[in-house]
Amino acid sequence: MAGIEITSLHMRYPDGTVAVEEVDLSVRDGELFVMLGPSGCGKTTTLRAVAGLERQTSGTIRIGDTPVDDLPPGERDIAMVFQFYALYPHLKARDNVAFPLRAEGLPEAEVRRRVEDAARMLQLGPLMGRRPQRLSGGEQQRVALARALVRRPRAFLMDEPLTNLDAEQRTDMRAEIKHLQRELGATMVYVTHDQVEAMSLGHRIAILNKGRVEQVGTPMEVYDRPASLFCAAFIGSPPMNLVDVEVADGALRGPGGIALPVPSGLPDGRPLVAGVRPEALEVTAPGTDGAVRGRVASVEALGDETIYVVECEGEHDVRVRMPPTARFAADAPVGVRHVGGPPPVYDRDTERLVA
Amino acid sequence: MAGSLVARARPARSSPRSGPRGRVRKTVELALLAVLVVAMLFPVLWMLETSVKENRDVYAVPAKLVGFDLTLAHYRDVFVGPSGGASDLSVALLNSVVVAGASTILATVLGVPAAWAYSRFTLRAKKDQLFFILSTRFMPPVVVVIPIFLMYRTLGLIDSQLGLILIYTAFNVPFTIWMMKGFVDQVPSEYEDAAMLDGHTRFQAFRRITLPLLLPGIAATAVFALIFSWNEFVYAIFLTSSREVRTAPPAIAGLIGGTTVDWGLVAASACVFAVPVLVFAYLVRKHLVAGVTLGAVRR
Repeated sequence: MAGIEITSLHMRYPDGTVAVEEVDLSVRDGELFVMLGPSGCGKTTTLRAVAGLERQTSGTIRIGDTPVDDLPPGERDIAMVFQFYALYPHLKARDNVAFPLRAEGLPEAEVRRRVEDAARMLQLGPLMGRRPQRLSGGEQQRVALARALVRRPRAFLMDEPLTNLDAEQRTDMRAEIKHLQRELGATMVYVTHDQVEAMSLGHRIAILNKGRVEQVGTPMEVYDRPASLFCAAFIGSPPMNLVDVEVADGALRGPGGIALPVPSGLPDGRPLVAGVRPEALEVTAPGTDGAVRGRVASVEALGDETIYVVECEGEHDVRVRMPPTARFAADAPVGVRHVGGPPPVYDRDTERLVA
Repeated sequence: MAGSLVARARPARSSPRSGPRGRVRKTVELALLAVLVVAMLFPVLWMLETSVKENRDVYAVPAKLVGFDLTLAHYRDVFVGPSGGASDLSVALLNSVVVAGASTILATVLGVPAAWAYSRFTLRAKKDQLFFILSTRFMPPVVVVIPIFLMYRTLGLIDSQLGLILIYTAFNVPFTIWMMKGFVDQVPSEYEDAAMLDGHTRFQAFRRITLPLLLPGIAATAVFALIFSWNEFVYAIFLTSSREVRTAPPAIAGLIGGTTVDWGLVAASACVFAVPVLVFAYLVRKHLVAGVTLGAVRR
């Protein structure tokens, strides 16, 4: 296994479209690294450049100690798993898994041994004699995983491998990928637009937007302190409440007078936005000390928790996450107040984290 | 909800067909179709009959639809000349096989990789290039036959099989590129990506993975290209003249126009001319259907 270094990657297509503006990333050896972003943010293009399927306009990519910019995909010693599985439709599952080994020219006995190992690891036994069209989506993706790992590559690249699966299979496969990655100690670069997947899988997450890296950090780092307003809106479901605030009377004051604790090191004289997680707010009875008045606009009872959308005075909707024991009816007058430590604060103009 | 609505609507829609009104309607439909079939197939039937009639029955007034003497003499005349040996028509048929076959193969060999490239790669002004390629088919062939004739005279390609093969290829390549591009678009490029990561070059990935998946499309496209080359008349009559080079369409047309017309021979040669394309289309019919319906189903 090996780490991956991406330096000043820039990618422009012949028709003038810029897919990647500038990306610098460093994936550690044995790490499950997630690239997260909306469609068109350049995450898949970056991954394909690492794979050698696209040639970058400028910048360098190293896998381990080797610069791979001039190597064709087959010589980079990496394996890739695709969103559409990409199992060769005219080959049985077994031959699909064996394909890269045969292409490498390994002796047939060795091929068979390694294919059996992979099949056992992914519990593919009875499926190995079938053709891809006779396998379900989840089964196809497991065969694709087996095909990736028989080669024992230096790194795995995963291009939204779970997107085409239904919800239940997705959860199973997520666990399976996580387990495999730990078992093999594999370096894995995982591309997804699903923030839940990113949070649950990644050792570290890179959030990409418009061809640039917005933030790199552990799941809890990007959740607790998103580096920009974009990240703040992208991570978390429901997303952060972004509240225009100003400093007054030793507190951050939002519309309707909601008070938030002031973080240290706030710059002076800048328009500010506070990012308040739904769980950092609390719905209370109206008139509670320190709460702003509001009205419950909608209630989403999810069983384990309830999401309240509260229309605060000053025509500002906030989302509040409450335990299921909280009972407030729709349209009921309520109060909303902040609980816990100071929230991350952003400069409204530069959209970057300032404190 | 939507599913149950559809399920309820379906028997309601098909119920008129099972009632007495449905039977009447079905009978009327069948009768109409039968009339159409007779009208459409009568010329073919007439051609088949004429090809096996004695000459005196061919010219009989009133025409004999049934009760004539059968003969295969016309078919013999298609292949065997008056003094024994190969007839002019049999040479023309062979020329047609060579010219149509070679131009179809050439158009496929050139067009399929081109279609693959247009489908897979980002190229500058790709749409304009594709439009330009298609635009060569906008014009009826007869418009450009004079300039082509002059060019061919300079190049010494007049009255040669190579000349016909090249011009038919030129007409079939744009068609092949456009039709094949549709088929290549249907094959996910991830197959090739995967094969390349598995150690193949891009071209090996195309040859070993994509090409086998394209075979139905290639078969369908080749049939259309073959039919075009096989039936082509205008260039053949302008660019060739000698017995050794002339293809079947002008040769058969040449049978009409003397003082007397041997309609039996015309009909027999037309029947023989129709057979190869029918046989070819029959052989690849599975691919043809698969090719025509490819992409109709969401993958």
